[in-house]
Amino acid sequence: MSELLQVTGFTVLMATLATLVMLPPGIIVAWLLARREFAGRTILETLVTLPLVVPPVATGLILLKLLGRRGPLGGFLEVVGVDIVFTWKAVVVAMAVMGFPLLVRSARAGFEQVDRRYEGIAATLGARPLRVFWTISLPLARRSLLAGALLGFSRAIGEFGATVMIAGALPGARTLSVAIYQNAELGYDTAALSLIVAAVAIGFVAIHISNRLGTAT
Amino acid sequence: MYMGCFLRIVLAASLVAACTGTTDGRHESAPPILVSAAASLSEVISNVGRAFERETGIRVLLNVAGSQVLAAQIIEGAPFDVFVSADERQMARTIDAGLIDIDQTFELLSNQLVVVVPSDRLGTVTHPDDLTDALIRRVALGDPEAVPAGVYAREYLKEVGVWDSVSGKIVPTRNVRAALRAVELGAVEAAVVYRTDVATSLHVQVAFEVPLESGPRIVYPIGVSTDPQNREGAARFKDFLQSPEARRLFEASGFVSLLGLDTSRSHFPE
Repeated sequence: MSELLQVTGFTVLMATLATLVMLPPGIIVAWLLARREFAGRTILETLVTLPLVVPPVATGLILLKLLGRRGPLGGFLEVVGVDIVFTWKAVVVAMAVMGFPLLVRSARAGFEQVDRRYEGIAATLGARPLRVFWTISLPLARRSLLAGALLGFSRAIGEFGATVMIAGALPGARTLSVAIYQNAELGYDTAALSLIVAAVAIGFVAIHISNRLGTAT
Repeated sequence: MYMGCFLRIVLAASLVAACTGTTDGRHESAPPILVSAAASLSEVISNVGRAFERETGIRVLLNVAGSQVLAAQIIEGAPFDVFVSADERQMARTIDAGLIDIDQTFELLSNQLVVVVPSDRLGTVTHPDDLTDALIRRVALGDPEAVPAGVYAREYLKEVGVWDSVSGKIVPTRNVRAALRAVELGAVEAAVVYRTDVATSLHVQVAFEVPLESGPRIVYPIGVSTDPQNREGAARFKDFLQSPEARRLFEASGFVSLLGLDTSRSHFPE
């Protein structure tokens, strides 16, 4: 029972953190893709979508090799004393990377639907680009941003492939999906089943909330 | 406005996360120790861990998986204090990586291989040659390339001369318990697992035991991290594993203690 509560709470917290982490860069990238022409735009577009297409396990292995003890970033992180792999931070990284494309796609569509005339009017009235973004584009695109954040959050809750590579099933880094797999693999069906019930309950609540948000204005 | 409200909720939740998420073992005065243990030790190591907690008040966190998974995690930088592997090859990988001091390792336990079948198919296999029979379509083993139980099983099947005809029907699994499960679920007709695994399943029967003299020598070495998170706790746990109480728990689960036998250092392969 305590494992159930601990794992469920941990998963929701990590997915929330991951959503928070991916939100600022996600909004910036989505806005750039929707509103700016620049060199490497299609490259950026492709890179951002890649985690949707590449097998999650492959993404996880790439992250592990980058951030692991012997990786190019991991070596630096070890020097400055930051442990990422096989800790809760690794869970956040995996969830954020896997949820990012969904957030960006939704947010980008939202920015594209904002009527450029409003932004133009604000600019002619003397608003600087940042202010136009903050007071016109962002509020008008909020529904899509919210939908994107919820999509990213939902993806994060269920993330398995990348998480199991970079965070393993270590105590203190065990998410719902990893714990279900771990228990099933070792033959603890009862424990796995109770975790599945928790996962279904979370999914139910998340879908319910997102539907409510979708119909409200 | 939704955006502001939503962001505020997210922010508040993340603050709570930041404050609570990082404090594992917040109820204990002593920091916990993290023990990475082979899948076959799953139940017994948690019993031993609980006994250790009762005696010392130091909490034991467990990371249980196939030894090759644990070794790979350790090499990639996973935190751990004590590693109990199901074979010397996986222990040697961590020693070679400089993460376990070879002088801090010793042989803790031994085990025995058994061939198992689903309970309702008892009698279909009584001898290694029966595994080559067409009625036995699939045989589950820990992946013979890496999982200790699978490596031992392949060694045994080669020794008795049936590997070449059995290798085509091997179902490799990520750890020995997954091989046991495959039999339990009726997905395979037989599996090679440890004798100690069988007690954890109701639907699996031992078809025959691999005689100790014809099977490979099974060794569970234990090693202490060169950079433990809790040095004193790790040392005490290592000592506790050698205590009569731990030995009693291991033997009650069917493991053979290698302590008190000739403990001259075994040869680790490069």
